[in-house]
Amino acid sequence: MPAVSKGDGMRGLAVFISDIRNCKSKEAEIKRINKELANIRSKFKGDKALDGYSKKKYVCKLLFIFLLGHDIDFGHMEAVNLLSSNKYTEKQIGYLFISVLVNSNSELIRLINNAIKNDLASRNPTFMCLALHCIANVGSREMGEAFAADIPRILVAGDSMDSVKQSAALCLLRLYKASPDLVPMGEWTARVVHLLNDQHMGVVTAAVSLITCLCKKNPDDFKTCISLAVSRLSRIVSSASTDLQDYTYYFVPAPWLSVKLLRLLQCYPPPEDAAVKGRLVECLETVLNKAQEPPKSKKVQHSNAKNAILFETISLIIHYDSEPNLLVRACNQLGQFLQHRETNLRYLALESMCTLASSEFSHEAVKTHIDTVINALKTERDVSVRQRAADLLYAMCDRSNAKQIVSEMLRYLETADYAIREEIVLKVAILAEKYAVDYSWYVDTILNLIRIAGDYVSEEVWYRVLQIVTNRDDVQGYAAKTVFEALQAPACHENMVKVGGYILGEFGNLIAGDPRSSPPVQFSLLHSKFHLCSVATRALLLSTYIKFINLFPETKATIQGVLRAGSQLRNADVELQQRAVEYLTLSSVASTDVLATVLEEMPPFPERESSILAKLKRKKGPGAGSALEDGRRDPSSHDINGGVEPTASTVSTPSPSADLLGLRAAPPPAAPPAPTGAGSLLVDVFSDGPAAQPSLGPTPEEAFLSELEPPAPESPMALLADPAPAADPGPEDIGPPIPEADELLNKFVCRNNGVLFENQLLQIGVKSEFRQNLGRMYLFYGNKTSVQFQNFSPTVVHPGDLQTQLAVQTKRVASQVDGGAQVQQVLNIECLRDFLTPPLLSVRFRYGGAPQSLTLKLPVTINKFFQPTEMAAQDFFQRWKQLSLPQQEAQKIFKANHPMDAEVTKAKLLGFGSALLDNVDPNPENFVGAGIIQTKALQVGCLLRLEPNAQAQMYRLTLRTSKEPVSRHLCELLAQQF
Amino acid sequence: MIHFILLFSRQGKLRLQKWYTTLPDKERKKITREIVQIILSRGQRTSSFIDWKELKLVYKRYASLYFCCAVENQDNELLTLEVVHRYVELLDKYFGNDFGCWFHLMRFLSVLDSWSTPALNSGVPRLTALTPDFCLF
Repeated sequence: MPAVSKGDGMRGLAVFISDIRNCKSKEAEIKRINKELANIRSKFKGDKALDGYSKKKYVCKLLFIFLLGHDIDFGHMEAVNLLSSNKYTEKQIGYLFISVLVNSNSELIRLINNAIKNDLASRNPTFMCLALHCIANVGSREMGEAFAADIPRILVAGDSMDSVKQSAALCLLRLYKASPDLVPMGEWTARVVHLLNDQHMGVVTAAVSLITCLCKKNPDDFKTCISLAVSRLSRIVSSASTDLQDYTYYFVPAPWLSVKLLRLLQCYPPPEDAAVKGRLVECLETVLNKAQEPPKSKKVQHSNAKNAILFETISLIIHYDSEPNLLVRACNQLGQFLQHRETNLRYLALESMCTLASSEFSHEAVKTHIDTVINALKTERDVSVRQRAADLLYAMCDRSNAKQIVSEMLRYLETADYAIREEIVLKVAILAEKYAVDYSWYVDTILNLIRIAGDYVSEEVWYRVLQIVTNRDDVQGYAAKTVFEALQAPACHENMVKVGGYILGEFGNLIAGDPRSSPPVQFSLLHSKFHLCSVATRALLLSTYIKFINLFPETKATIQGVLRAGSQLRNADVELQQRAVEYLTLSSVASTDVLATVLEEMPPFPERESSILAKLKRKKGPGAGSALEDGRRDPSSHDINGGVEPTASTVSTPSPSADLLGLRAAPPPAAPPAPTGAGSLLVDVFSDGPAAQPSLGPTPEEAFLSELEPPAPESPMALLADPAPAADPGPEDIGPPIPEADELLNKFVCRNNGVLFENQLLQIGVKSEFRQNLGRMYLFYGNKTSVQFQNFSPTVVHPGDLQTQLAVQTKRVASQVDGGAQVQQVLNIECLRDFLTPPLLSVRFRYGGAPQSLTLKLPVTINKFFQPTEMAAQDFFQRWKQLSLPQQEAQKIFKANHPMDAEVTKAKLLGFGSALLDNVDPNPENFVGAGIIQTKALQVGCLLRLEPNAQAQMYRLTLRTSKEPVSRHLCELLAQQF
Repeated sequence: MIHFILLFSRQGKLRLQKWYTTLPDKERKKITREIVQIILSRGQRTSSFIDWKELKLVYKRYASLYFCCAVENQDNELLTLEVVHRYVELLDKYFGNDFGCWFHLMRFLSVLDSWSTPALNSGVPRLTALTPDFCLF
């Protein structure tokens, strides 16, 4: 028993300990302890005064009993007495007992503090150290208040011994960490910095720890430490492994001090002094060089100590982020470690690389390791390492590798540890959104997430996909189709039902044309999941059902049956019951118009920071526990789960088909609750007809066009014969078109319906239909205010030669528009010959006495009079050759402004009016179209070819028509659409 | 900064704990249970580092005893491993191969630990500097 037999004996203690060790049972141990406690108590209470040795022995026994897990309620006084002993061992046991057993509110504290004070003043270095250790170990506020002022003095006193300085520095550090306000800053702070120059390495090490902590609060006070730290570091780094003797650890000179110095330097920006900086860079290079040298020992301690310095050096290089050369070298070094057989090194390399990836200098270098990292994700046995690999993939992701990384992370998710699934889900969701080249890929990714790890898909994630689908009209049809397919899986996650329910409720109409996803099929698919879902999901589905009644009147009877069922109307859950009752009544009482207004598609969500990103940040932060509660506050939640509030004055959006059939009856758009930018509301909603359908039916466009038959009995000609003359005011009355008129016009090149204009006062919606060279346009003027507009007069003006090219007849509208009301204006349009500029629409009225006027471009462009022409490849090429005169061709090469999605492009070309010809162009990526522009005077044949280049994100558009200006004009119009 | 050090056996029995942050006893017990369970369930050939809440656990097994330090994220993991190793070397030096003593004195070691705290913090534990502290008996 070396430990026990060492020192000055205390045989009684040794006997007691070995008695305890020999106890066979817990009971025997307790019995022995109680006997000993009684013995000690009687000794302490006895009349005979105990000598120091006995006191020490009994206090030691008490300590031992305490450490065995028994309460000690006496002996404190004896311990305090030991503090004033002059014998080191007695004093030491006294301090030991106090550090372990005396709590700060003890009445003895005054006596203890007094003893400490004496020892601090004793000039005996061993006693001073004991006192300092005690202060540090207790570390209470009371101790701090008593001694915080003395310790700095001891620390910087010229005559303090090295070991005392070291202990004083650490003690001060401890007190500062416990209660920073107690440690007074002052003249000593400057002198602390000079401890970095101390001969004694222990003092330097302790001082660096202290300065690193203090300088975080007052960096300027300690700024001079930079050059001292650099020169110290430089001396250590360049020293031979034997130079520092005691401070060499497994052949590595002073690893602890080196790492601490490197940490201290990370509290500051790169040194301004060029000489200091040069010396530091030299140090960093030396460390990097040493990493390549063969190891001096095979022991793991050697490599650990050496690499500890290396990793800290790399941290500093990353912190400076200003030396491209060093950053790339660091990256290469870490790349070597990625394949190292030591798991610890692979872990640390992945971790460091993660920060390296965010530097612009090394991002590309990090990316070259993508395959190794993906491999780590797949093959590492250690979840911590896999987690680091996933983090690194997230950090190195950019547009160029997003698809690869996202698909790897998705694959990993299937087998990922439960603890990190939610984080991976968030990361995939963020990457998919951030780097989505086309939104159908985004939708696919999120739905895959739900399929693979539905339980870990938080509300933020699926809210976000709904926000994006709602705001991006080009993806709505695709989303509807995809969720519909996903829902067909026999077992699908409830989150999928939520997303599916919401999307079909909003955009189910976009896939209703396909008999496989006809409205009754959609409904029964959703309803088959209904009974298995939670209350929140069922509530959402009920909202979907009522939206179906509006979207698909044919499902009304079935849905009303469902709502009427006792299980809904008398549901125990009050929310479900209320929804069932209200929706049932709404569907039976309200007229189609009212339904269409109330159950209108949700308006686009305002752009905001991704709530998922916020969540990930929170997750990473310390308060991860409250993340879920916070999530509930997601602003979109009420839109989804709060039910369809009948009062919410959303904009009327019947599905395109329903809307076109009941064109007259459809109520004109009401003002949305909050004006959104450029009033994309109706635009989004209406346009998705052509934009989203192509993927479904063979010739959806035809079906769509056939529905465009004017619903009214009178033929277009009859309408044109309408005697109401266009009230053309003199052109001098018309102001110039508003600056954004061209942009607004562009939106309507490939679509016929939407919001033409919106500001705080007025919203102008458009619905139009064109056949051959005739067209009819409905303009809806909505008064968004509560005040009546007076002298309201919208007029159409033909600037320049347009009069001879295009005939537009308008009907007058009422000159008063009540607050919140809307008026409709019908325009009959005839294209006489080809034209280049659109007519202008001038709207003038008085609002609250102030005259308002507004000039827009009417969305009538030459392509509206396109008639699609189907033709075989042979015919196409023959005609293409016939139009080979240089002036007949117009070509434009331009950069893509929108994601390059083939389906969207197709939809746009169809919306533009031409037919799309398959199997004509040898390259299937290219689009070829043909059509004839119909005017009264002549017909213009038109051929077009669009060649997308996904790599360069460019398009080349070529148009050939028989008329030169038409070629150019069409080319310009179309080019702006991609 | 080291937040706490735990020593426990392969059977999950806690041998020593040292806390450098103030936490209620109940919380300490909960944390200890959680960490012991995490580390014991780790497979072979895993790394010595575990992300745990906002801290990082650095652990190593010596014979049947696990040493685990909880450090902050920016702390140097490899060097923390060496702090543990240095500590083990010290224990070894003072208690030798007397494993009976080792185990039985384990709880006593918290005393020792409280004395070596400044040494751990200063980073370069030096045997000579600590010698007087270790001659307890």
